[in-house]
Amino acid sequence: MNKKILYILLFIFIGWNYFIYGQARFPKPEFDSGYNYPEYQITEPISPVWEYIDVAVLLIVLTLTTRFTLKTRSRKSIILISAFSLLYFGFFREGCICSIGSIQNIALTLFNDGYTLPLSVLLFFLIPILFTIGYGRQFCAGACPLGAIQELTGIYPVKLPKTVETILSTVPYIYLVLSILFAATDSHFIICKYDPYVGIFRLNGPSTIMIFGILLLVSGVFINRPYCRFLCPYGVILNWVSRFSGKHLTITPDICTNCRLCETSCPYEAIIPSDLLQEKESMVKSRKKFIIYLILLPIITVGGIFFLQMFSENLAMVNQKVRLAKELRLEKENEIKAISIDAVTFKESGSTLEQLFLEEQQILERFRKGTPWAGGFLGLSLGLALLLTTINRKRDEYKPDQGKCYSCGRCFEYCPIHLEKLELK
Amino acid sequence: MSEKNKYQNRRDFVKKVGKWAVALPIAYLGYELIQKTSAQEFVWQIDPYKCTQCGQCETNCVQTVSAVKCMHAYEMCGYCDLCSGYLRQGVKERNTGAELQLCPTSAINRSFIENPYFAYTIDEELCNGCGKCVKGCAAFGNSSLYLQIKHELCVNCNLCSIAQTCPAEAIQRVPNSKAYNLKDGYKPKES
Repeated sequence: MNKKILYILLFIFIGWNYFIYGQARFPKPEFDSGYNYPEYQITEPISPVWEYIDVAVLLIVLTLTTRFTLKTRSRKSIILISAFSLLYFGFFREGCICSIGSIQNIALTLFNDGYTLPLSVLLFFLIPILFTIGYGRQFCAGACPLGAIQELTGIYPVKLPKTVETILSTVPYIYLVLSILFAATDSHFIICKYDPYVGIFRLNGPSTIMIFGILLLVSGVFINRPYCRFLCPYGVILNWVSRFSGKHLTITPDICTNCRLCETSCPYEAIIPSDLLQEKESMVKSRKKFIIYLILLPIITVGGIFFLQMFSENLAMVNQKVRLAKELRLEKENEIKAISIDAVTFKESGSTLEQLFLEEQQILERFRKGTPWAGGFLGLSLGLALLLTTINRKRDEYKPDQGKCYSCGRCFEYCPIHLEKLELK
Repeated sequence: MSEKNKYQNRRDFVKKVGKWAVALPIAYLGYELIQKTSAQEFVWQIDPYKCTQCGQCETNCVQTVSAVKCMHAYEMCGYCDLCSGYLRQGVKERNTGAELQLCPTSAINRSFIENPYFAYTIDEELCNGCGKCVKGCAAFGNSSLYLQIKHELCVNCNLCSIAQTCPAEAIQRVPNSKAYNLKDGYKPKES
C-alpha cells in the first residue's frame, strides 16, 4: 500500500519534471551503433579577474595623469596616457564598464532591492570622483576612453558663440537627471544606449549609433570634445566636485604675469581671464542682479518641480511595461488590436491584465515620486548657474575654471614662463 | 594684512566648506552602496524556459551577428527523422535540401546515425540566433533546441540591449560562475 503511494508520487514527480522541462514527446533513443553525444561548444565568460585588472589600470592611469598635469606639466605625456586609455579601456576592453555608465548602476542599486552591484562598478564610479576631490578632473584628462578619443581627434579648435555654448551646456544636466530617473525606475539605461563612441570601440553596432558616433567624431575635430561638453552626465558630477578640488592644474608654473598669451589657448572656454586689463561690471549693478537671482532661485526650483511633474506619465512611456499596458488598455477599451511583439507574448504568457495594470500603476507611482526631485534639481542648478554669473571675484591672474577644465594641458605651452622653465631644465 | 590676503582667506574657507560638503555625501553614498555590493561579477544569459522565441535576439544584439546562438541539448533530443526544428512544416520530402530547411542560414547539420535516428548539430559560425528552429522544436518536438548567449561573442553590455526589449523578460543577469542555463544540466569541464 505504502509502495503504491510512493510509485504514484514518483510518477507525479517525473511527470511534473517533464511538464516543466520541455515536452519530452519522443523518448530518448537507445543507439545500437555506439553513437556518442557530441561535445558541447561552450566557452566560459571572460574571467572576473579582468574587472579588477581594469580597476588597477584605472588607478595607475589616474595617478600618472595627476603626475603629468600637476608635476611634470607635460602635454605630450598626457596625450600618451590618453592614447593608452583609448586603446585599453576603449578598443581592448570595448568600453564596458565605464564610469559614465556606472551612474545608472548606482541609481538602480539605490532604488531597487533586486539588483546587486558588482564591486568593480562601484569602484569605477567612486575612484574618479575621489581623484577629482583631490586633483581636479584627471579622469577626463587621461583615463576616460571617450574623452581620449575626442581629445586626440580635436585638431582644429573652433570657438562657438557664447550663447550657443551656454545653451548647449545645459544638456548634460538634463541627460544626467533623465538617466538617473530611468535607471532608478528600472526602465532603461539611456547613457549606454546612446553612447556614441562605443560602436567605434567595438567596430560594430547599431547603424544609427554608428552614424551618430562618426558625425560626432568628425564635428569634434572642430568643436573639441563635443560629448564631454554638451552631453556627458558624469562630467556634471565631476564639474561640481572639481570646483572644490584641493589641488588643480594651473596655466603657469609660477606667478602669472598677465601677458594674455594663453587667452585663446583653451578650446573649452575654461580659462577665466584676469581682470587687471579689462573693465568690470560695477559693484552696485552686480549686487542688484545677485539679489534678483537670489529671489528667482526658489521660484525656478519650484517651477522645475511642477514642470517635470506634468510630464511624469509621458516619461514613464520609456518603460516597456507601461507601454505594453497602454497598448493593451487601448485594445480593451477602444478595440484597437494590440499587435506588438510584447502584447502577443503577454497574451500567450497567461498572466492577467489586472496584474499588469497593477504593475503599471506601481511604475507610474515611482515616476510621479521621482519627477519632482528631478525637476527640482534641474531648476536648482539653473538658478545657481544664474546666481554664479553675478559673483564678481577679483582676479589678478589667468586661471582655469576648475569646473570646466579637463586638465588636458593645452594651455601649458602658451605660457612663456612654462616654456622658460622647460628650457632651463 | 593686505586686501588680497583677506580675500584669499575667505576663498580658502569657501573651498574648504565646499570640499566637505562634496566629500561627506559621497562618503555616505559609498557607505550605503557597499552594503548592496558583491564581489561577484554578472553576465547576461537567457532562461530557456521563459524564452518565447520571438526573434528579437537576432536583431537587437549590439553585435551585428548576434551573440545569441542556438544550442542543442543532445540528451533531450528525440533524434527524429521528421524533425520539426530542422524541416519546414508540411514538407513532402525529408532530406538536406535547403528549400526544406527551417533555418534561414542552413546552420543545422543533419546526419544519419542508424535507422530511424538522425543527429542534428548546430554550426555556430552560421547561426544567427533567430530561434526559428527553437520554436519548431518546442512546438512539435522534445524542445531540445534552445537559445543561449555565447560569452566568447557577448561584450557584456551594462544593460543588454536584447534584455531591454525581450518581451518575456527571459534575459537576466546571472553570476559569472553560472554563466549558462543549460537545459540538460551539462557541466562544462573546468579549464
